[in-house]
Amino acid sequence: MSLQAEALGVERRGRRLLDGVSVAVHPGELLAIVGPNGAGKTTLLSAMAGDLAPNAGIVRLDGRPLAQWTPLALARRRAVMPQASRLGFSLTVRAVVALGRLPYRDRVDPATDAQAVDRALEAADILHLAQRAYGTLSGGEQQRVQLARVIAQLDFDASDAAPVLLLDEPTASLDLAHAYGVLQLARDLAGRGVAVAAVLHDLSLAYRYSDRVLVLNNGRAEALDTPREVLDAALLRRVFGIEAQVHDDCLVIRGPVLPARRVA
Amino acid sequence: MSVLEASASTPLRLRFPLLLGAALALLVIAMIAGMSIGAVKLSPGEVLATLFGQAAESRHEAIVLYLRLPRVLLAGLVGAALGVSGGVMQGLFRNPLADPSLIGVSAGATVAAASVIVLTGWIFPPAWQPVLLPLGAFGGGLLVIAMIYRVALVNGTTVVPMLLLAGIAFNAMALALTGFLIFLANDAQLRDISFWTFGSVGGARWQTVMMLAPFVILPFIALPWFARALDALNLGEREAGHLGFRVERVKRLACLCTALAVGGAVAVSGTVGFVGLLVPHVVRLLAGPQHGRLLPLAAILGAALLIGADLVARTIVAPAELPLGLLTCLIGAPVFLSLLWRARGEFAA
Repeated sequence: MSLQAEALGVERRGRRLLDGVSVAVHPGELLAIVGPNGAGKTTLLSAMAGDLAPNAGIVRLDGRPLAQWTPLALARRRAVMPQASRLGFSLTVRAVVALGRLPYRDRVDPATDAQAVDRALEAADILHLAQRAYGTLSGGEQQRVQLARVIAQLDFDASDAAPVLLLDEPTASLDLAHAYGVLQLARDLAGRGVAVAAVLHDLSLAYRYSDRVLVLNNGRAEALDTPREVLDAALLRRVFGIEAQVHDDCLVIRGPVLPARRVA
Repeated sequence: MSVLEASASTPLRLRFPLLLGAALALLVIAMIAGMSIGAVKLSPGEVLATLFGQAAESRHEAIVLYLRLPRVLLAGLVGAALGVSGGVMQGLFRNPLADPSLIGVSAGATVAAASVIVLTGWIFPPAWQPVLLPLGAFGGGLLVIAMIYRVALVNGTTVVPMLLLAGIAFNAMALALTGFLIFLANDAQLRDISFWTFGSVGGARWQTVMMLAPFVILPFIALPWFARALDALNLGEREAGHLGFRVERVKRLACLCTALAVGGAVAVSGTVGFVGLLVPHVVRLLAGPQHGRLLPLAAILGAALLIGADLVARTIVAPAELPLGLLTCLIGAPVFLSLLWRARGEFAA
């Protein structure tokens, strides 16, 4: 019972964006997807969300290919948080979060929906913003609203299958305190059985919060294991071109690799 | 939590039925006024009596049932069609500037209608015209919507300058084609065509009302299916897909419904501009952007607005008549300017 990508290959305009990437997200774990710019992180997440059809390989949820799921059934099993979202028309924060309940539109039960929205607002720490207009919020606040929206979309009550949550750079425009807060929240959700995959830029955050890390480089899976196994000095130098080391179980980044030592 | 929730949702929950009631009352008032006022003044009581078969004089029957009622109904249907299609298009393009007349959908329908008029007698017998006219207008409108969609949407987001510039291009093309058709037309056809370009519901008969009704009612039946999808589209196309909507299908349905409503409206009344911009804008200010509320209110208020505007158009310079489209442009264009004014920050970058 998980979301599985098998030997994914994606080509667009003659460029190979992904090449034979296999990875699975299991219930109860937080998988971090990291890599330098252009490594194919967002492409992988889009393929796993079912937004783009891979040229090779297949994505399965609960063993069934994504193409065989109806959009509605899929929406009740997995939520996707976009990198950034602008509204066409102004809504209150609460109304934006309530959009996350649209997959349950045929089960008319306003009380359950309102409860789910309240829980999500609280979880994302934006209860105090509930009546504000979305467009007046800062980028970081908007991102937390989007996070609340996808949390409201998750169906924790389904006994048969754990929900899947895909996050595309959830901390991109957050200040440090809120970035930690968002990843702690992702951890808590994993603790409640959700399968979480997140594209992350910040390697220290990935090291600290994820259960497993997938390192992408030029569209290939470079490594996939626990952060302690994967994010060692040699790989960070080779893939990211940075000097870093683990100190007190925290990943400390010292700076760029000096040009003379840099390996292409 | 319960306090928070109460303060959050009760006003709106109360407000929508109130607004709906007020809008319906406004529509009824406009309809009765539309049937009372004219060359022969009738009291609202006389109008109601005539409608229920208790006419005081037999000429009341002729005036109300055969002249004014069809005209009021036609204006109402056109207004509802334009109000709703404006709301649907704006939801689809995620932008309040998408108006059927502004971006050339009405113009496409007008050219198609004018072609049908001119080609009547050359290619097909005049008896076909009543059927071909609305179908042609529908086809012309659909073609323009489809092309605008191709041009103005880049990676799922509307590029507003592209939308408006494409509108200029389509309107210019329509103007040129209409000019060409005018060149070909004979005198009678010329009068018909000029009627189309200004917009009027003066030609209202029971047949025209019956012809238009399905074009307006069909999209209305489809509304509940995509009101929520349009809400989800507010987040973006991909996000709507993640919320379980078949976005491509919704988009096609929305384009089809808009083309039906606009095509039908243009076939009976020509180009009545800016109603699709004006009405949803006002409704959004009153009731918020949720389409489950916006679209029904836009239909009712659009109908009331056009009935009122037609009343003004035919009485203000009586016994002559102002073209209805002229009047709606006069009200609508300043609103369009104010929307542009507010959006100017977005274009500056």
